[in-house]
Amino acid sequence: MNIFVCVSHVPDTTTKVQVGEDGKSIDPSGVTWILNPYDEYAVEAALQLKEAREGEVTVVCFGPDAVKETIRKGLAMGADKGLHIKSDQPRDSFGTAKALAETLKDREADVIFCGRQSIDYDGWQMAGLLGEMLDLPSVTVASKLEIKEDGSIEAEREIEGGMETVVSKLPAVISAQKGLNDPRYPKLQGIMQAKRKPIEDVEPSPYKNRVEVLEMSKPPVKSAGKIVGEGPDAVKELVKLLHEEAKVI
Amino acid sequence: MYEQEEHRLIRSTVREFAEQEIKPVAKELDDREEFSYDLTKKMGEIGLFGIVVTPEYGGQGMDYFSYIIAVEELARIDGSQAATIAAHNSLGIGPLYYHGTEEQKQRYIPPLCTGDGLWAFGLTEPEAGSDSRGSKTSARLENGNWIINGSKIFITNGATDITLGTTVQAVTGEVDGKKEFSTIIVNRDTPGYTSRAMKEKMMWRASNTAELYFDDCTVPEDHLLGDRGDGSHIMLETLDDGRLSIAAMGLGLAQGAYEMALEYSKQRRQFGKPISKFQVIAFKLADMAMKVELGRNLLYKACWLKQNKQPFAKESAMAKLYCSEIAKEVADEAVQVHGGYGLMKEYDIERFYRDQRLLQIGEGTSEIQRLVISRYILSE
Ligand SMILES: Cc1cc2nc3c(=O)[nH]c(=O)nc-3n(C[C@H](O)[C@H](O)[C@H](O)COP(=O)(O)OP(=O)(O)OC[C@H]3O[C@@H](n4cnc5c(N)ncnc54)[C@H](O)[C@@H]3O)c2cc1C
Repeated sequence: MNIFVCVSHVPDTTTKVQVGEDGKSIDPSGVTWILNPYDEYAVEAALQLKEAREGEVTVVCFGPDAVKETIRKGLAMGADKGLHIKSDQPRDSFGTAKALAETLKDREADVIFCGRQSIDYDGWQMAGLLGEMLDLPSVTVASKLEIKEDGSIEAEREIEGGMETVVSKLPAVISAQKGLNDPRYPKLQGIMQAKRKPIEDVEPSPYKNRVEVLEMSKPPVKSAGKIVGEGPDAVKELVKLLHEEAKVI
Repeated sequence: MYEQEEHRLIRSTVREFAEQEIKPVAKELDDREEFSYDLTKKMGEIGLFGIVVTPEYGGQGMDYFSYIIAVEELARIDGSQAATIAAHNSLGIGPLYYHGTEEQKQRYIPPLCTGDGLWAFGLTEPEAGSDSRGSKTSARLENGNWIINGSKIFITNGATDITLGTTVQAVTGEVDGKKEFSTIIVNRDTPGYTSRAMKEKMMWRASNTAELYFDDCTVPEDHLLGDRGDGSHIMLETLDDGRLSIAAMGLGLAQGAYEMALEYSKQRRQFGKPISKFQVIAFKLADMAMKVELGRNLLYKACWLKQNKQPFAKESAMAKLYCSEIAKEVADEAVQVHGGYGLMKEYDIERFYRDQRLLQIGEGTSEIQRLVISRYILSE
């Protein structure tokens, strides 16, 4: 089975991200980068599928040279090969999907996994866009997944207030939700082996962003809470403030 | 400066493992003074056993610096688990790997690289601590067997259910009026050999510390590790190595304590503001950060020297001394930043404050490190 996992290289969740000097990008200084947490579920799903069915797992990432470290993490977890679509120019979701789709279209993928969203720009678009561009079914936000011998897929998806069960068929694009599995830690030996696994470099065709970032800003600082008083006497004042100042009632 | 891509990956992997698997249970294991077989197995599974051993013998084939980073990251979360790993790799596997014959290595090392078996190193005796030449445990050769008599104390990993054996230093004779020391491999099931876990420790309560007894304990002659009379040399070499891992424990503990103090100082409010806004507290944090940074630089340099096959014994003693002393200072100030809460078991800093205390004693006390350093600088 020919399995691909599209992964994203994102700032560590514990990093305090700052806006860069241009006012519309992340300041990369002092940021540690990690494999996007949702993509860990995708890599794990790919590895489990490979272990059950045999085949090969390729980790794909679009971005500058620094993303090789994230590809390497996927390889350390157990993927076989890396595919680096090299670009120093940041792209919108459509452009990233285009680069991934044109790279993958002739590679006879049986499954393309990705995470439900990349935690940096929160586009949530990749699985949908890839499905469309490659003319494949797209099963998104899967929190339970079964891929049967005959290539049929049964997945559970979390929807607002409940669950949905869907069926589809390989080849397909599947995006992973938290809870899909328990991603493994890379083994130390895996980290060493990853150094020797091949990463193929490819150049994407030129693209002009369709969506332009004008500005990035931090959320407004929360102001300190206010204690209006104590006991039943305070209720009147509280109601007044909620009505007049906060305008919530 | 010293870190390569794979080192960053090791750091992030061990950090994530320590935060997710060890942190949630560390307090309870400490309370119950319990060695965790479950965690030990898991640490083996991700490859923390036999880190620098080549894959040929079942190891992970990583460089020394990788090992140090792994110990540092474990100690950032829990001293006991770091102790299990550091002692097993440096003291347990180390001598067998560096001094074993091909046959001994093939036989002993692979089972020690999986997480299913531990190995200990018995040097210290009730009457011979800093003065290891004062040890009395003896071994005499009779009919092709070593017959060992004596006892050892404070031996890490010496009495767990999965301890497969111990390398013991014993007096094997006298040469020119001086004791001749040799190291001998003793399997757990050897008749005349018993081990007993020591209880009621103040620190490293989830690490196993043992007393070992040898009562006409008989092993075949080929259980000699290295040459006869090589014992002192093997022991000194093992300690140079072990010191770096104790230094890594000091560094990791200091890092963890500093992070706790930093976090707490931003949340705890007194006099209407976070206590981190008081200059006295902020300056404490500045000193902690600086000490951690200095410790890290010293330790990594010593590792670099070792890895590049340059003399490193002086730097190793310095790193052990400095990192264990800043662990004490940083943990102490971190408790101060926590105020009364820092004295309560509910806060991890309380455990860190206790755990740091071993670091200035084990594998050569601070006094002995100063002795080692001063000997080097005075003879240079
Ligand atoms: C939890 C734990 C785990 C351990 N694990 C192991 C292990 O796996 N294997 C092993 O072999 N040992 C192990 N040890 C033993 C440890 O290495 C010794 O405790 C240590 O070397 C000190 O020896 P001692 O306790 O006998 O103290 P002593 O040597 O009696 O020292 C007492 C005091 O005298 C000072 N002193 C001694 N000599 C001098 C001198 N010449 N000049 C100035 N001051 C001096 C010391 O610095 C110290 O302050 C462990 C100990 C502990 C507590």
